[in-house]
Amino acid sequence: MTAPLHDTTAEAAPTAPADPAETGATKVEGRSLKQIAWNRLKQDKVALAGGAFVLFLTLVAVFAPLIVGLLGHPPNQFNQDKLDPLTNLPQGAWGGVSSDFLFGVEPNKGRDVFSRIVYGARISLLVAFLAAVVAVALGTLFGIIAGYFGGWIDALISRTMDVLLSFPQLLFIISLVSVLPDDLLGLTGSGVRIAVLVLVIGFFGWPYVGRIVRGQTLSLREREYVEAARSLGGGRRHILFRELLPNLVAPILVYATLMIPTNILTEAALSFLGAGVRPPTASWGGMLRDALETYEHDPMFMVFPGATIFVTVLAFNLFGDGLRDALDPKGTR
Amino acid sequence: MSENAEDKELSIPAQADGAEPGATEGAASSVTGGETAGATLTKDAAPGEILLKVTGLQKHFPIRKGLLQRQTGAVRAVDGIDFEVRAGETLGVVGESGCGKSTMGRLITRLLEPTAGKVEFEGKDITHLGVGGMRPLRRDVQMIFQDPYSSLNPRHTIGTIVGAPFRLQKVTPEGGIKKEVQRLLSVVGLNPEHYNRYPHEFSGGQRQRIGIARALALNPKLVVADEPVSALDVSIQAQVVNLLDDLQQELGLTYVIIAHDLSVVRHVSDRIAVMYLGKIVELADREALYKAPMHPYTKALMSAVPIPDPKRRSAKSERILLRGDVPSPISPPSGCRFHTRCWKATEICRTTEPPLLELKPGQRVACHHPENFEDQAPQDTVLLSAAKDAGELVPDAVLAESAETSEALAAEVAEQTEVAEMSEQAEAAEVGAEAERVEKSDSGDK
Repeated sequence: MTAPLHDTTAEAAPTAPADPAETGATKVEGRSLKQIAWNRLKQDKVALAGGAFVLFLTLVAVFAPLIVGLLGHPPNQFNQDKLDPLTNLPQGAWGGVSSDFLFGVEPNKGRDVFSRIVYGARISLLVAFLAAVVAVALGTLFGIIAGYFGGWIDALISRTMDVLLSFPQLLFIISLVSVLPDDLLGLTGSGVRIAVLVLVIGFFGWPYVGRIVRGQTLSLREREYVEAARSLGGGRRHILFRELLPNLVAPILVYATLMIPTNILTEAALSFLGAGVRPPTASWGGMLRDALETYEHDPMFMVFPGATIFVTVLAFNLFGDGLRDALDPKGTR
Repeated sequence: MSENAEDKELSIPAQADGAEPGATEGAASSVTGGETAGATLTKDAAPGEILLKVTGLQKHFPIRKGLLQRQTGAVRAVDGIDFEVRAGETLGVVGESGCGKSTMGRLITRLLEPTAGKVEFEGKDITHLGVGGMRPLRRDVQMIFQDPYSSLNPRHTIGTIVGAPFRLQKVTPEGGIKKEVQRLLSVVGLNPEHYNRYPHEFSGGQRQRIGIARALALNPKLVVADEPVSALDVSIQAQVVNLLDDLQQELGLTYVIIAHDLSVVRHVSDRIAVMYLGKIVELADREALYKAPMHPYTKALMSAVPIPDPKRRSAKSERILLRGDVPSPISPPSGCRFHTRCWKATEICRTTEPPLLELKPGQRVACHHPENFEDQAPQDTVLLSAAKDAGELVPDAVLAESAETSEALAAEVAEQTEVAEMSEQAEAAEVGAEAERVEKSDSGDK
C-alpha cells in the first residue's frame, strides 16, 4: 500500500499548496477529497476487480431480459426434453451444461439454470440494495440525532438499537411472512414479499449504521467548525446536515457497501427457508433449496447458485474494503 | 494587506436589516482608499465607548453522578467576572490553562449559556437570548478559533467556508458572494484563486487566515479570538498577529484576544485582564500592567516571560516559581483564590474575598496586599504557613520588594534573616566546640 501513495503524491505535486503567488501563476485547481480517494482506489487492483464484478452484475440484473433472450431460454419454460425420462435428471454431463444451456437445466422441471440465475440477480440485488438504503437512511438519521443531541434522546435511541440488535431477526421475518396476506397495499404476489423483505431487512439493519454514525457524530460535534457554524448563527439543521453529514459520508458509504453482501446472504437464507420470494420467481436462495432434493445425484444444480452467491458476496466485500482503505487512509493496514 | 487596501474598496457587506442607516452611510463615505479607511471608524459606537459590558458573569458546569444523574457538584469555570470592552480597543485575557479564559470567550459570544450574571452588547442584554434571538447579533460578534485544523470543515471548499456567514445570515453582498469571498481572501493575504480548494491543501497559518476571513465576512464590531496563534509555528504567529493588528487599523475592529502567551498579549493588547481560577485578579492598561503589576499572581506570571537577552537576564528579577498546581475549580479555595500559592497571604486572604477595585487610575486589582501599592489590609501581620512555604521558591529580591508593601512579609523576612544569622553563629560555635573536643580526645590518647 505504500507504492500507490507515492504515485498519488507525485501527481499532486503540481497542485501542492506552495507559495500562493507561484501557484497562482501556474495552475490553481483544488483536488477534492473525492478525487484523492478515487486516485487511491485506482491503485487497489483487488478492489477494482470487485467493483468491476459488482458493476457487471448490476448490468446483468438490469438487462436480464435482453441477456436471457440472447443466451438462454425464458426462466419459467419447462424443457422436459432435456431431462432423462427415467430419473428426471438432466441429460448429459455437468447437469446438462451445453452451448444451449450454459449452466445446465434444472432436475425435475427442466428450467434453464442460467436464465434463472440472471433473473435471480434482479431479486437479490434489488432486495439487498433497497434494504441497505432503508437501513442507511434510518441509521443515519437516528445516529446523527442521538450523537448530536445526547442526553435522554441518545439514551432512548441507543436502547432501541440495543433491543433491535438482540432481536431474533430470522425468526421474526419467517413468522411475519406467514401471517401476512398475499395482497397488501395494492401489491400482489412477489411484490408484497419483496417489499416485506426490504423493509424488514432494512429495519433490522439500521442499528448497525446508527451505532457507527452516532459514534462518529460524538467525536465530530466537538470540532471547532461546529462551534464556528453556531457562532455564525447556523441552526441545528444546518449543523446536522451541512456541517456534520458531509463528514459522515465516507463511513456510511463504506458500511453500506459492506452491508449489501450481508443483505444478499439474508435474502438467500430467507428464500432458502421459504420466507423469500414466491416459487415461480427465480431467486438464488430458492434455487439452493430446490437443489437440496437432488444434490446427491445432480450436484451442479447446487454449485451454480451457490457459487454465484459466493462470488457476488466476495466481490462486494473486496470492493467495500478497498473503498474503506481509499476513504480512510489512516485506518489499520 | 496594503496592496489590497490601495486599489480595492473595503466595502461593507450590505446591512440588510436597515436598523442602522447611520452605520451604512458612514461606511460608504469612509471606505474609499486604504489610508482613510484606517482613520475613520465605520462603527456606530464611537471609539472608547463601551461596546460590551459583563457583570457578575458565571458559568458552572454541573457534575452529575449516579443513576438519577443528580448534580453532585459543579466546575466553576467562570465564577463572577466583571469587565467591559470599549470600541476600538484590544482587550487581552491571560491566565494559566484551565482558568476559564476560553469559557469566558464562549460566554460573551454566547456559544455557552451563562449560569448567572449579565452580558450586554451595545447596551442590549444578550445574556439569555436563544438561537433565533442571537442570529442578528451574530453579525456583530464573531469568533476566531484556536485550532486551525479543526475550525474549518474538511469537506467544504474555502469558498463555502468563507461564504457561509452570508448564506446563514441571508445577506447578499454587493457583487455576489463569490466576489466578496475572493475579496476577503485577498484582504487576509491569500490568493483569491484558491476559492475552490479544500482546507487540507493549506498550511496552519493559511488556515488561520481563512478562519479570520470568515470571522470578518459580516464586518463584525467585536471579534473574540480564542488563542488565535497558539497552534501555529512561532514564525507564523508573528504574521497572524500582525494581520490582526492591520485589520484592526483598517476596519476599526474591537478585539478580545484570549491567550496564554504573554508576549503575544503584550504585543496586541491595549488593556489586559489576568484570570486565575475563574476570576479576574487584575485588569489594567498594558503599560501599567507590565511596568508595575499589582497582583502577586500577575507578578509571578510576568516573571515567567523569558528574557531574550542573556545580559539583561541577571539585571531583572529572577523567575517566581509557584508552588503546586492550580487548585481544582470544583472546590476553589475560600477567600482569595490565590492564597494557597501566594507568598504574601495572611489570614484575611483566607477568609475574605478581595473585591476588584480600581486602586490606581486604569488599574483594577483584587488583592488585600497588592504589589507596588499600599497594603489594603495592614492590620494583618501574620503570614499563613502556606505563604511561608511559597516564599521559599520566590527569589530574595522579589521577597524584599514585596516586603515593602506587606507588614507580614517584612516581619517574616526580618525573622528569617535573623534566624539565618543565628544559625550561622550556632554553627560556627558548634564547629569550634567540635574542634576542641577532637583536640581533647587527641591529647587523651597520648
